[in-house]
Amino acid sequence: MTSATADERLNDVGLVRRLLIRPELGAVVGAIVVFAFFAGQSPVFRSADGIANWLDPAATLGIMAVAVALLMIGGEFDLSAGVLTGTSGLVLVTLATRYGFNVWLAMAAGLVVALAIGLLNGLMVTRTRLPSFIVTLGTFLMLQGLNLGVTKALTGTVQVSGLARAPGYEGARAVFGGTIMVGGTGFRVAILWWLLVTAVATWVLMRSRAGNWIFAVGGNDVAARAVGVPAGRTKIALFMTTAFAAWLVGSIAALRYTSVQANIGIGQEFIYIIAAVIGGCLLTGGYGSAIGASIGAVIFGMADKGIVFLNWNADWFKFFLGAMLVLATLANRLVRRYAEEVKH
Amino acid sequence: MILRTQAIGKSFGSVLALREVSMGVEEGQVTCVLGDNGAGKSTLIKILSGVHRHDTGAYLLDEREVRLAGPREALDRGIATVYQDLAMIPLMSVWRNFFLGSEPRKSFGRFDVATAKRVAREELKAMGIDIRDVDQPVGTLSGGERQSVAIARAVYFGARVLILDEPTSALGVKQAGVVLRYIAAARDRGLGVVFITHNPHHAYPVGDRFLVLNRGTSLGEYGKADVTREELTALMAGGAELDQLAHELRRDA
Repeated sequence: MTSATADERLNDVGLVRRLLIRPELGAVVGAIVVFAFFAGQSPVFRSADGIANWLDPAATLGIMAVAVALLMIGGEFDLSAGVLTGTSGLVLVTLATRYGFNVWLAMAAGLVVALAIGLLNGLMVTRTRLPSFIVTLGTFLMLQGLNLGVTKALTGTVQVSGLARAPGYEGARAVFGGTIMVGGTGFRVAILWWLLVTAVATWVLMRSRAGNWIFAVGGNDVAARAVGVPAGRTKIALFMTTAFAAWLVGSIAALRYTSVQANIGIGQEFIYIIAAVIGGCLLTGGYGSAIGASIGAVIFGMADKGIVFLNWNADWFKFFLGAMLVLATLANRLVRRYAEEVKH
Repeated sequence: MILRTQAIGKSFGSVLALREVSMGVEEGQVTCVLGDNGAGKSTLIKILSGVHRHDTGAYLLDEREVRLAGPREALDRGIATVYQDLAMIPLMSVWRNFFLGSEPRKSFGRFDVATAKRVAREELKAMGIDIRDVDQPVGTLSGGERQSVAIARAVYFGARVLILDEPTSALGVKQAGVVLRYIAAARDRGLGVVFITHNPHHAYPVGDRFLVLNRGTSLGEYGKADVTREELTALMAGGAELDQLAHELRRDA
């Protein structure tokens, strides 16, 4: 045991370090830098219209990034999350346009399908103990095939469209795909959904028993089980949460564009993971933040639209993506080293 | 006896991991389980803590035969286990670890964070554990401190039997002494302690009964009056094997 004076000294260092190891810190710094960069060169970027413009992709990406962040804190990946947004949208539009479903009912059906796929992912991962990377890669490929195969068989093309004519469309569009005017600027209603999802996820993580379990199963699955945490159920619930988010995002997109391409969402799964990692999630699980993932999504939204505002070639977006990922992973490694370092 | 096994056994496929082991632990006493690597210590505690089900023999709690469905049931019946390396989750704070699996709740299922922090701080203090800050990640604690927090947790949650899996094996002399002191503190609060170790020098000072395992079976259970530290050491290593080793290692010159 150390003496009282040595303890005081340790406390001071601890305070500074505690601020430094907040999982969101890297993302906050990154967001400020990226905002300053684009806002400095483009007046449109920092105008209300510009902000509404880049908050829109941030919102749909953010809903997914938050759900994926929870799953990653719980120690698992979901590579099928991106394609599942397409599957949910396709179910919605197909049922509403070809089978006469009311839009709300078609959305409910899409939700059931999405949750069933989430449940299946969760069951396969928890029962077989296979890496979720492999299991959900399988789901990803199967869904990709189903989305294209079924759409082609039904329509002869690679998209389903015509949702605007379906009964109940106007109401559903107002709730999920609409626009709200704030001081003369139109903000997408998806932004509200994104804020709600982030707030709920943060509350669950920090202030509920389930949150404690999520950190625990990701940090050390075996130790969590040993003290009575239902690790399997926790992970299955996380896969279903991701599926729910995919349904929400898929429905938002379908209602907004009234049609869905059969190949939508492919490749997005990695962007969700990258946003979560930039937000402070460790790839190894057990650590991270929902707010961080949301800020990670804001960074992407800003870069995505900012590059357009500056009239740059969109190829630079990919370069930016890679650079952010590497920087974030390096920062996270330092965090983990600190947190796991044993004091002798 | 709070907890007792009668000729208990367990096999994994064709491997007989444990055969006919009888042991027990009394209130306010420490039963030490000694044995070399592969002696069956882990299998025994996994049966006691509900991780594995036994195949043969009987497992008695308060002299009534039980079959535990899992670790959760063991905990509910007052049997708490502190594992050697997976007692705690390194990236989580001390207070989150302290209440993991038994979180205090307010209305609407809210995790009562203020209570959790306060109780964790108080309970650690009551066991004489000096943690600077319950918000720090457990990963920043030393090995001995981690074991001590896990013991304090088990005591707080009303454990009647505390099973400790090699709590001192990875520790230095001083740290091991600290952990032995907490074992004695738990015993003095009336808990029955099952202390698994391969170090007779750690077991002898704190133990009341000693079960020696070798190659999956019991070499006998001894009261403290019936065995000396030297006899225990010899028994554990297999006396003849040790003599043979001494012979092989002897310098010829």
